[in-house]
Formats: sequence, structure tokens, C-alpha cells
Amino acid sequence: MGAITNRYEFVLLFDVIKGNPNGDPDAGNLPRLDPETNQGLVSDVSLKRKVRNYVELEKGSETGFAIYMAEKAILNAQHAKAYKAENLESVAKKLPKEKEKADALTRWMCANFFDVRCFGAVMTTEVNCGQVRGPVQMGFASSIDPIVPLEASITRMAVTNEKDAEKERTMGRKHLVPYGLYRAHGFISAKLAERTGFSGEDLELLWRSLTNMFEHDRSAARGEMATRKLLVFKHSSALGNAPAHRLFDLIHVRRRNAEAPARQYADYVVDIAHDKLPEGVSLEEKL
Amino acid sequence: MAYGIRLRVWGDRACFTRPELKVERVSYDVITPSAARGILEAIHWKPAIRWRIDRLHVLKPIRFESIRRNEVEEKLSASNVAKAMKAGSTRAAKLYVEDIRQQRAATVLRDVDYVIEAHFDLTARATEDDNAGKHLDMFNRRARQGQCFHMPCLGTREFPASFALLEQDAPLPAPADELAGERDLGWMLLDIDHAHGMTPRFFRARMHHGAIDVPPWDSEEVRA
Repeated sequence: MGAITNRYEFVLLFDVIKGNPNGDPDAGNLPRLDPETNQGLVSDVSLKRKVRNYVELEKGSETGFAIYMAEKAILNAQHAKAYKAENLESVAKKLPKEKEKADALTRWMCANFFDVRCFGAVMTTEVNCGQVRGPVQMGFASSIDPIVPLEASITRMAVTNEKDAEKERTMGRKHLVPYGLYRAHGFISAKLAERTGFSGEDLELLWRSLTNMFEHDRSAARGEMATRKLLVFKHSSALGNAPAHRLFDLIHVRRRNAEAPARQYADYVVDIAHDKLPEGVSLEEKL
Repeated sequence: MAYGIRLRVWGDRACFTRPELKVERVSYDVITPSAARGILEAIHWKPAIRWRIDRLHVLKPIRFESIRRNEVEEKLSASNVAKAMKAGSTRAAKLYVEDIRQQRAATVLRDVDYVIEAHFDLTARATEDDNAGKHLDMFNRRARQGQCFHMPCLGTREFPASFALLEQDAPLPAPADELAGERDLGWMLLDIDHAHGMTPRFFRARMHHGAIDVPPWDSEEVRA
């Protein structure tokens, strides 16, 4: 299948109930916070990790859908596979001299790895496959309203070390956000898709992973997370028909009752200005 | 400067990494000419033209924020890989993402807004079809309609840049009051000289009421 020929932007709304959507290593794993506004944050790489995990889960070992930045993955071994497939000797830290051979390596990586095709990858490790800029770009997600992280102390009725045996139990900490609705923005460039071969099928897989990724990322820390809405702006041309920021402004999320703290998705209303949609752009609600 | 353009770019966050502080990234105070060129190229570029940044206008106060993330640190000796390749097995070349995790902080800019003043020169690769007016029209048309080759970013790709063309007759937005007066921003990266083995070239950036004049590429004040 050929590469996609339309530019897209998307708005992803997801929420968390009594969980920690993305811990901040700088703040003892407290949920990430924007220090100026107290809005919660989820980093772009956190969301991309979940997309990769979902694709790995759905596609398994299907050819063409391997994940390069896999957990428990072997980065340079992946490069080595490309060299082997193209029968090339690896030269440390250098791209193969002939442009054709270097292109062949990059093509092979794009063809075999979903995340290289989608997000790109810098493959300038010692076994060098060059650098790929992927068509899909995501920004930080931030919560609609300020969040209030809670700290819950918990106990464990066991100890790790024998010398602590008389203590009988240990205490730990959990950080959680009672409720937070987060909004993330994404961009898909048709022109970069052309270079990596990101196809219509890949795009459908991306939409599926964005809607389902939290369903397969359950853990003690996360609480209940779910994708609530995925709104996709499709431009009729490859370069686009309207500025991205103007499209994002068409979607307005507000609290139903500003007095009471929000505790569920139903406390929010998503207004979509369908009538202000610029010419040449269509809006698809994937969820 | 017959072929000048002015583009306004803004965003929530930006990271124009200082080359001397790139492990735990620290951003320059303002956008670099090199990052500004990248933004223009994301909208329109052909090998026939080369963008030159003339002036940068800073409109909002300079503020920072720190973000720490899990990143990967790659490194595996080439000999190990060569061995693995010879053996036809990936066993000897293991590198687990969990094991090569690095937590890195980035000191990034918050809430930025700039105006980029630039023009372009035709390069040696320009053919007879490449007249400057055509490229200028293409850039203006795309920027006006929000079209781009790929979404431009403010230093790194996780910080997308919103952009709008500032029309020729539109007034320049006023910078924030805090930016009044002179400010010496120190030595700043101008751009990378790709023609000469990727040599970085620096200039002394001085901000005057939010405006930074960027010296021409080959001028005296630019040092490699």
C-alpha cells in the first residue's frame, strides 16, 4: 500500500481516575505538573511508548510491524539485521559510502519497523542506518484543569530484608490524581510519510492504537485510564488547507459545573465548532 | 532586501539547546538563527534556495521550566555487533531499553512568541526556472494558508510551532515591557556550516528592545 497523501492533525482526549498517568522523575514520581498553572502533563514520549506497546501487542511478530524501540529490544542488533539483509559490512559510526546502499538500509528499517515508519528514529549508533524523520509528531499533553495530586501512604505486611524482620511491615507511597482529563495534539505530515512509506493501513493502526492503548496498559500506578475522544482533521491536500492552531481552536473542552471539582468524564463538555471548519478540511470522530 | 519575509511563530514550550549543555539540555534564551531557518524550511525549501535570517524579534518574556524524562543512551561496541553478525545471531549484541535508560533533565523555554525576518539567496543549484519571485510566492502562499511540508517545531519535535505570515504592511507586534533596553545574550550558535564538515558558527547576540540583528553568514563577527 502506498504512503498517505493527506495531511492530518488530531486531538486526543484521555482521562485518568485515581491514578498516576505519567510520573516525574524529578519530583519523586509525583504526577507531572506544569509549575505555572498546576495543569497536569503527560510527555510525548510517554504516549508514543504506549502506541508502540499496543502495536507490538496487536501485530505480534507480523512482518513489517516490528518495534524498533521495544522494551527488552536490542537496538544495534536491529541495525545488524538490516546490514545482514542487504549483505553489507558495518563500518563504525559512518553511513555506508555509497548513497544507494545507505538508502537501502534505511528503506529496510522503514519497511520492517512500524515505529521507524511512524515516529522516525535516529539510527546513528555504531552500526549506522542513518536517520529517519517520521511523519507522526506529538506534543506534550496537558490537563484541561489544574490537577491536585494526592499522596497515599500504603503498608505492606512483609519486609524485604531479614534484618528488618522484627518490623513486620514496611510502608510505601503512591501518588495519584483523583481525576484529570488530558488533551494531546498530534500532527501527521504526508510529505514525510512519502519518505518512510507510512501507509493508509499504518494510519488505521495508529488510530486503533490511540483509542485502545490504555486498555492494555493497566498497572497499579496508572489507575483507570481511557481514551475518551479522538478527533481527526483531514486536509484534502498533502501540504494542508489550514493552519493547525486554527483547527485546534475549533475544539473547546469545558467543565459542566465550574463550582464543583471534576471527578468524571461526564463533568466535561466537548464543544466542536463544526460550522467553522475551513474549506478543504474534514473532521472525523474516531471515538 | 527585496525578497524579505516575516513569519510569526509561537508555542507553549521550546528548547534551542546550547551545544555546550546538551547532555542535560539547557535552552538558549531565545530562538537561534539555525532553528529559525529550520522552521522556514519546514514550510518551503528547495535546493535552489538558501534561507538567511536577518533579524529575530522576541515578543514574550524569557522564562524557563525543567522537564526530566527517561531517554535512551545507546552504545554498543562495533566489534560486538560484527561478532554477532558473523555468528548470524543477535545474542552477542544485546542492548535492552530498560538497561540503557538515562534520566535527563531539559531546561526549556515557556510560552514563546517570535517574529522571524528572513530572505533567501539562490544557490548554485538554481536552474533557469528558479526565479526568486516564484519561491517567495510559494512561501507566502503556504505560510498564509497554514500549509507546511512538515509541522515546524521550536527546537525539538515535541514542541510544535504554530505559525502565521506577517503580511508586508502589517505592523510588528510590540515586545513585552520586560524586554525593553539592551541585553547581551553572549555567544550564540548562528548555524552549522554543512559545506565544511559541519563546523558550527557563532555570533555575539545582542538584544535591543526584543530585536536581535543576525550578522550575515560571512561577516567578520561570525566565528567558527
